[in-house]
Amino acid sequence: MLADADRIFTNLYGFQPWNLEHARKRGDWADTSALMAGGPDAIIDVIKASGLRGRGGAGFPTGMKWSFMPKTPKPGHPSYLVINADESEPGSCKDREIIRHDPHKLIEGALIAGFAMRASAAYIYIRGEYVREAQTLFAAVAEAYAAGLIGKNAAGSGYDFDVFVHRGAGAYICGEETAMLESLEGKKGQPRLKPPFPAGAGLYGNPTTVNNVESIAVAPTILRRGAAWFAGIGRPKNEGTKLFQISGHVNKPCVVEEAMSVPFRELIDTHCGGIRGGWDNLLAVIPGGSSVPLVPAHQIIDCPMDFDALKDLKSGLGTAAIIVMDKSTDVVKAIARLSYFYKHESCGQCTPCREGTGWMWRVMERLVTGEAEYHEIDLLLEVTTEIEGHTICALGDAAAWPIQGLIRHFRPEVEARIAKRKGFVQVPAMPMLQAAE
Amino acid sequence: MTTDTYNTIREARRAAAQPREFADFAWTSENAAQVQTIFARYPDTRRASAIMPLLWLAQEQMAAAAGSAWLPVPVIEFVAGQIGMPYMRAYEVATFYTMYNLKPVGRYLVQVCGTTPCLLRGSDDLLRACADRGLLKGGVTTDGLFTLAEVECLGACANAPMVQINADNYEDLDYASLTAILDALARGETPAAGSAIGRRASCPEGGPTTLKEMVA
Repeated sequence: MLADADRIFTNLYGFQPWNLEHARKRGDWADTSALMAGGPDAIIDVIKASGLRGRGGAGFPTGMKWSFMPKTPKPGHPSYLVINADESEPGSCKDREIIRHDPHKLIEGALIAGFAMRASAAYIYIRGEYVREAQTLFAAVAEAYAAGLIGKNAAGSGYDFDVFVHRGAGAYICGEETAMLESLEGKKGQPRLKPPFPAGAGLYGNPTTVNNVESIAVAPTILRRGAAWFAGIGRPKNEGTKLFQISGHVNKPCVVEEAMSVPFRELIDTHCGGIRGGWDNLLAVIPGGSSVPLVPAHQIIDCPMDFDALKDLKSGLGTAAIIVMDKSTDVVKAIARLSYFYKHESCGQCTPCREGTGWMWRVMERLVTGEAEYHEIDLLLEVTTEIEGHTICALGDAAAWPIQGLIRHFRPEVEARIAKRKGFVQVPAMPMLQAAE
Repeated sequence: MTTDTYNTIREARRAAAQPREFADFAWTSENAAQVQTIFARYPDTRRASAIMPLLWLAQEQMAAAAGSAWLPVPVIEFVAGQIGMPYMRAYEVATFYTMYNLKPVGRYLVQVCGTTPCLLRGSDDLLRACADRGLLKGGVTTDGLFTLAEVECLGACANAPMVQINADNYEDLDYASLTAILDALARGETPAAGSAIGRRASCPEGGPTTLKEMVA
């Protein structure tokens, strides 16, 4: 288990007040200008050396992302930092805890990251449904301005930096970075074609970097404690600490900060009181939010929870939103509900996604009841591959992967339902038998 | 053209000739000041960025004045005029984002999260609790109090199942606790938001497993 001394988010559950006075007691805003004294490139070097990978799902190295920003912004073209707090991935609920209980970690991180990428301002895009969380964030930003920590000569560093909060209004797609920029510009949140990438032409056509809340909020602590400390936690290329969000069929669902690469069993036993009904009752796990394929119990139990180990299982860490399903779960219905989610949230721009998500959902609903033909399973699988990779953004992929995961691991269950519906002798659900060759 | 088409056109013309409700919508003095604060967040040449916060502000004002948080067409027109953007651009935004209500809703908009993490923990029971109390998806109850909506993930998955009623989250619910909350609202009370089983935020039930010295 990660030692308490190594935890970054010390007020995760809000047992202490969130405000500036108490945030300072927890070590936030302690001599921030000293962290900035070495200049922007020194900060980027530390973040690169720490091995921090983006916490929003894709796991792109954060330091490298910051280094893509122009070293000398052109006059009239300020650079921007946009912080993605549009947390809408089913299973994810970590940014909410940071914002409502430790907002100053985020604001201090915004200043440091903004300084490192030579940005003039940060926009924090928070999802509209987080009404109370946004109120806290607005209040925290006002506190930071009043204390001179942001604004002109931010925190006494000689650097001018603004932080603004922008509220969304209910659209999952705005979590995609270019859709977020469109939304910030006052348009429908429909993703842009890349290139140009945001680092070249982002918000208002100016250089922009979009980062997840958690990636930004951990930056000040990494600078204070050093890259070696952060890099010493977890496996190589999967370093650091991570907020895990465990929902579904565990005895005590929770959000908790743990070391990257913590084995699944240890994570659940230590913090969640085990699987409901015991470990033998575990059916499958969606390890990284709804967009990643599910993993059956026997593969996940001893798997280290990190980017690379889960990629090897043809799934992903995503946002580390772990959805646990025990054997009472109607797994086909669980995935069909996700298909409905993607149908609902498709922005309607690209035809494969707009038409495909609805088509896939309708087939999935029939697979739930077994009101389908056997060949439709392969047809569905083929359609998922036609959507995947053929859309502007990754929502098409995200809609395809859960279905691919279901068919990969639970095809006998789906076929058994069709057989039952057809009135054949019920086939017991069992793992698919491999032909001996 | 059929008679029906003629009738539709005639009705549309008749409706257009009527004085329109909410055509006199204007900011309250408090909100007018708020509008300036919102504009200040964006570069002067990029006022369109303010469309989302202004539509939200207008919807809040409607809720306070008319008891129903929604955006009639004249209000959207008013907001578009404030920014100087074409009405259709504002309407695009209002239709794209789910939190702008284009039809009247009840005083309490009960949003039940039905996505998989909540589904696994019993969101169907919550929908049943709402149905048993006479709440209809998309409709307003006859007393004008409730509108039910099944929404997509609200980002409180470690506290599933949950509902959001106006601005507040009610978490770790079941059939009985949601019924009690709806009853309390109907009586005009304000039930305490948060976990129904007394958990602190997303802390594991029964107390934290980490940083125990932080517990005040």
